[in-house]
Amino acid sequence: MVDDIVFWGLAVVAVASGIAVFRVDSMARATYALAVSFVAVGLALLLFGLDYLGVVVVLMMVMEMAIMAIYMIMFMGMNPALMPMSMVHGKRTSLAVAGLTFAVLAAGILLVDWPERRGAPAADLTLAVGRAVMGGKMLVMMTVSAVLFATIVSALVLALPRGRYDDDPADEAAS
Amino acid sequence: MTLQTVLLVAAALFCVGLYGAISQQVVVMVMMGLELMLNGVILAAGAFWWFLSPAPDGQVLLLVVITAMTVEMAMGFAVATLLHRSRGSDMTDMATDLSR
Repeated sequence: MVDDIVFWGLAVVAVASGIAVFRVDSMARATYALAVSFVAVGLALLLFGLDYLGVVVVLMMVMEMAIMAIYMIMFMGMNPALMPMSMVHGKRTSLAVAGLTFAVLAAGILLVDWPERRGAPAADLTLAVGRAVMGGKMLVMMTVSAVLFATIVSALVLALPRGRYDDDPADEAAS
Repeated sequence: MTLQTVLLVAAALFCVGLYGAISQQVVVMVMMGLELMLNGVILAAGAFWWFLSPAPDGQVLLLVVITAMTVEMAMGFAVATLLHRSRGSDMTDMATDLSR
């Protein structure tokens, strides 16, 4: 019963703050709203006993939203907490597509005859995921490691103003 | 709290994110929409794991989804930086040639 009340509270917070991301009139507030939505979902994962993943989601997304706020200040060239903004296109079409998608998903969720639960959760779920990652599912994590490394390299190549052997445009301008 | 109710909440989060990803003009706001969609996917994956098959494999799948979210953010920020440097703007309407 307590779990139900907590879940519904978190669900309302998650969806309401998700809507607020595209309703508030500044990017900084939108970032905070998205962070709140992620924290609510991370706490909901704790209700499922996913202590490790829930904490990972909360910590990671709070940090990510902090970085996002810095990006907005960098790119928008203004105080994003004070400047109202509304930069949308195809609002009605987007609303229609989102509404239709929700209707289809909701119909599937309610009409499908979901199977019964198979098996019981391990006594220590964090230990179980640790054993899986270091044992039978190690290939998955090794692949993820390579993907993350490739992401670091690709992001740097895209973001840096010069290549490995190019001159820095800033140095050229200074000279 | 049942599988259906959790999935409905996840679907709502996904669709709010979908609206944002389609409608927003600023690249960072589009990324926020994509993040919200993945937020819904994380919640749905957690619910599937808990209500259908609470084996460690499901937790590993969730880790992969969280990693995908991280990769999306890193590459999105890199592309936004590149766009801003080369065109002085981070609006999607000014980068339509990237789809060609």
